[in-house]
Amino acid sequence: MQNRTNILLILAGLLPISLCIAAGVGAYQILPWRIPRVLLFHEDGFEVLIYVRFPRVILSAIVGAVLAISGATLQGIFRNPLADPGLIGVTAGAGLGAALWIVLVGSGFLGIWGVPIAAFTGGILVTIGVWKIAQTRESVPTVTLLLAGIALNSFAGAGIGLMTFLADEEQLRSLTFWLLGGFGGATWRAIAVTFPVALIGAVVLFRLARALNAMTLGESEAYHLGVSTESLKRWAVFGVALSVGAAVSAAGGIGFVGLIVPHLLRLLGGADHRYVLPGSAIGGAILLVSADLFARTVAIPAELPVGVVTALLGGPFFLWLLLRFKREVVYG
Amino acid sequence: MVELEQVGYRIAQKWIVRDINLKIETGEFWVFAGPNGAGKSTLLRLISGELSPQKGKIRLFGHGIYSYSPQELARIRAYLQQKPEVNFPFRALEIVLLGRHPHLDGAKETPEDWEIARKSMKQVEADVFAERLYPTLSGGEASRVDLARILAQEPRLFLLDEPTNHLDPRHQVQILDLCCSIVQSGKSVIAAIHDLNLAAMYADKVLMLRDGNAVAVGTPETVFTPKQLESVYDLPFEALRTSSGRTLITPLLPSPQ
Repeated sequence: MQNRTNILLILAGLLPISLCIAAGVGAYQILPWRIPRVLLFHEDGFEVLIYVRFPRVILSAIVGAVLAISGATLQGIFRNPLADPGLIGVTAGAGLGAALWIVLVGSGFLGIWGVPIAAFTGGILVTIGVWKIAQTRESVPTVTLLLAGIALNSFAGAGIGLMTFLADEEQLRSLTFWLLGGFGGATWRAIAVTFPVALIGAVVLFRLARALNAMTLGESEAYHLGVSTESLKRWAVFGVALSVGAAVSAAGGIGFVGLIVPHLLRLLGGADHRYVLPGSAIGGAILLVSADLFARTVAIPAELPVGVVTALLGGPFFLWLLLRFKREVVYG
Repeated sequence: MVELEQVGYRIAQKWIVRDINLKIETGEFWVFAGPNGAGKSTLLRLISGELSPQKGKIRLFGHGIYSYSPQELARIRAYLQQKPEVNFPFRALEIVLLGRHPHLDGAKETPEDWEIARKSMKQVEADVFAERLYPTLSGGEASRVDLARILAQEPRLFLLDEPTNHLDPRHQVQILDLCCSIVQSGKSVIAAIHDLNLAAMYADKVLMLRDGNAVAVGTPETVFTPKQLESVYDLPFEALRTSSGRTLITPLLPSPQ
């Protein structure tokens, strides 16, 4: 147990370090330890930090955190270490919303806010759809929830495909760019909108940690231990839809973070969700901040989509974990 | 403390159990017996509150079962079922500690809760694998950890669905002995058990089920008669007296040529 506290403390210490390094590195270099001076005395680089780097770094930290918490939560609900935050349809729904907006409405209406609003709405609507389809008279069985999620995911995927087919050159470019995800457009205003929504979702999910532990034994065992399983599932889906919806609307589809971070935390310190959830939040933030740093610096002045980087680094990393801890990975 | 009145539960048009009337007092060890699919587990799950009957009334400790919240129920009854599948690296001790969940009200476990969890593990000789990962335990080891978990839950009513499954004879006897000491401390146990001889050795009362109906209720001696068993299991039985004076029941097999 002491071990877990230490892991959380180390991660909490690494987070500001990674934020400062990421904020400092780029076409215009600012050494991390000079950042406080630059901010305090408005030295050279002040504008770069305030208007470009910090919004980007902070947004990627927020997105990374909520993707990882959501992944951990859904893994707990579905009792399956392979569950991904997109499982309940929110990511695909957001993609469909964005695609419909980009191709059918265009950027004229609502300006830069159009796509995020459409994406958020799409994500929430598809999640509600998944929930309604899965619902029986007295409960929402996790199996039907999973199946409804898979069905609507592929349906939304088909819709995105259709929009890709209908799109012209320019629409196709912005659609592809959006779907791959990135933080190029990060602004304080985007953070001001994303952060509160993501925070509400995350707070909801944190409060479920203990019930998720009981859920590990299965739904009926959790009930026998005094957990209201129906309300647990409802709050979990609500929290994930809200926070992932906000994250995806701001940054597009970014895979692997929600899958890999909770895994890593469980390997380090066990499966108690009261440790896995906060650990995932910090770990997800560090991972995505680093991935974005890599994405924008590896091929200056060009920028890779961050979703490509997470998949590119995440895939082999996941494989390494699998080979290194074969047995543990099966159980965590 | 447990009263069932005309209880019936059906899935679609099929009644899984019906017209069950039962009164279980404090300090009694009940066994539910009967063939596979007779409704033993369903009846246990109805008494636990997990399933709601379409017909009849269930009262626990004087109150309708509907008047309890899931957490209140979890403080008065515990339910043991077949080994749950766990896909996450929880240690056995952490699984046992989950039994304290209904008592914590969202607070962190106190040293006292840890003590209760450790003591429960000792009671079923599961303390030796306290630090092992639960998913790596064998069926019998996991059963003992699960049993320790519901002991840690400290309920007044224990509902056990085939508690002796997966266990070797020594641990079967040990767990039934444990049930007896639970009963002697003024709590009640209801267990679904297939092994008729074990059931006869320990139970105060037996409810025999067949196709969802209660076909016999009473002491093991009155219920486990060869005639009664044959009508329930569609298999001839004979009763044998051992040298120590106990009666054993066994299926009557065609004698070897």
